[in-house]
Amino acid sequence: MASSSALRADPATVRGDAARRPARSWRRRLAPYGFLLPAFVLYGMFLLVPILRAAQLSLFEWDGLTLGTFVGLDNYAAVVTDPRLREAFGHALVLVVFFSLLPVAIGLLLAAVLNRGRVRGLPFFRTVIFLPQVVAMVVVAVAWRQIYAPDGWLNDALRGVGLGSLTRPWLGDFTYSLPAVGTIGTWVSMGLVTVLLLAGMSRVPTELYEAARLDGAGAVRELVAITLPAVRAEITVALTLTIIAALKTFDLVYVTTGGGPGTSTTVPSYEVYRRAFQLGEVGMAAAVGITLMVLIFAINLVVNRVGDRSTT
Amino acid sequence: MTTSRAERTANYVILVAFAAFALWPVLSVLLTAVGPETAAVAREGRTLHLENFAAAWTQGRFSQYMATSVVVSVLVVSVSLVCSVMAGYAFGTMRFRGEQALFYVFLLGIMVPTEAIIVPLFFDLRSLGLTNTVWGVALPQIAQSIAFGTYWMRAYFRGANRSIIEAGRLDGAGSHRILWQILVPIGRPAITTLVLLTFMWTWNEFLIPLVMSPSGDVRTAPLALAFFQGQQVQGTTLLAAAAVLVALPVVVVYLFLQRHFIRGMIEGAVRE
Repeated sequence: MASSSALRADPATVRGDAARRPARSWRRRLAPYGFLLPAFVLYGMFLLVPILRAAQLSLFEWDGLTLGTFVGLDNYAAVVTDPRLREAFGHALVLVVFFSLLPVAIGLLLAAVLNRGRVRGLPFFRTVIFLPQVVAMVVVAVAWRQIYAPDGWLNDALRGVGLGSLTRPWLGDFTYSLPAVGTIGTWVSMGLVTVLLLAGMSRVPTELYEAARLDGAGAVRELVAITLPAVRAEITVALTLTIIAALKTFDLVYVTTGGGPGTSTTVPSYEVYRRAFQLGEVGMAAAVGITLMVLIFAINLVVNRVGDRSTT
Repeated sequence: MTTSRAERTANYVILVAFAAFALWPVLSVLLTAVGPETAAVAREGRTLHLENFAAAWTQGRFSQYMATSVVVSVLVVSVSLVCSVMAGYAFGTMRFRGEQALFYVFLLGIMVPTEAIIVPLFFDLRSLGLTNTVWGVALPQIAQSIAFGTYWMRAYFRGANRSIIEAGRLDGAGSHRILWQILVPIGRPAITTLVLLTFMWTWNEFLIPLVMSPSGDVRTAPLALAFFQGQQVQGTTLLAAAAVLVALPVVVVYLFLQRHFIRGMIEGAVRE
């Protein structure tokens, strides 16, 4: 077949081509599906089917061992009424502030400084601030546990500056454990957001800034009038990514607090794990998982809608 | 562009403060890891205690768990890469019925949280006898990686030079030859980025290995670290050393190839 173009003048070959054409066009039409097949089979079996199975399981009360009983939407009703689950979703919303809103604010500040200030050492700074993104969450959790420990660095530092009255076991405190876990999220997310926003800002033509400066605009006016509108798309992406990360926090909570003290840091994904694999409430766990998925889709949709509308 | 001196100083103060905030937890773990394990050892007066890493390695049985992590990572990266390249090629260069709908089905997988599928995954793979096996841990991650990989490779193939494909076709190369002998070699940077991201996500994954191997037969390194923490109630030194060991493979690769990580996570996130 490789030489067919060179032999095109040969009448025998031309006839051969014509005879082969129906078979070839069939192959051509089926080829894309052939290329998709391996990916689709694995993806379907281990991601699509489990979604459907989770939806099915969520309609049953099942302990994972005996026969389940069909309970309709009772498990979903429990998501709204069960105080512990309501609390878990409430905590997830608090984490959104720490994982998403704070990092976007910090990211805007840092990216604006890096973009406007023409500072030295940008590559070094980028490497450092992005580093938390590549470290395994378990390692992050171990590191922060040592910082938050009763005799850890944070309390030592507080004592060192004469604020010994503020020391506490941060992760064991009913009031401060959730913000303490959230701060870890801020630490993890801020690098990703900064780098993302910086990429957007670097596309703004320098002339725009120069013109603004000639008109006497300061750093704040510059940010509001030029930078923010230019990076709306990047802000949308950053919000989407970090909100999803906040809603599906599992390893961090599992390793730092285990949902405690009491229920003060429990989150939906931790409830999925606890109910399915520790309490034997499999149907309920599936319902929480499906609710979480729907919530993520909905937030994604809303954030992107708002982002799209404000760009036009 | 000119900026005032005061502003420049303020800029550096802000950057240094946040760089310190970003580095502090990492450095504190490193410092703890190389510090003396006990007061008795501290009296020897050495500053670097690299023997902590060896002690953590043997006490936490990390040779076994690291090996598991390597096997799982190699499986997930290689299988998902081949599948993603082929699927991305179909989506990026061919026209066919149901193309859009199928692509959206793949996109869906990027957003689905593991928490939504982990419950049926465990009970269904247990009935198939796949829990406590490497495949039970790898296959769900392969499926997730295929979702992102297909999206990523499609973007590459869409941007690939059309004339190269046409030239290959005129030379009589079939679609397989165009893919493996022309497009894949040219697409090495895009493929490298995908391999690195998939490796990082697989190495760092926690929930799937936790649930899919209840007996601990297929315990990966991050999981081993979490269990090691449970055992090391008193000693923070060895725990910190173990944490460094678990983070090290990805961090080292990141330090050398950080462009791929940063560009990959940004381009992978920005939708078309």
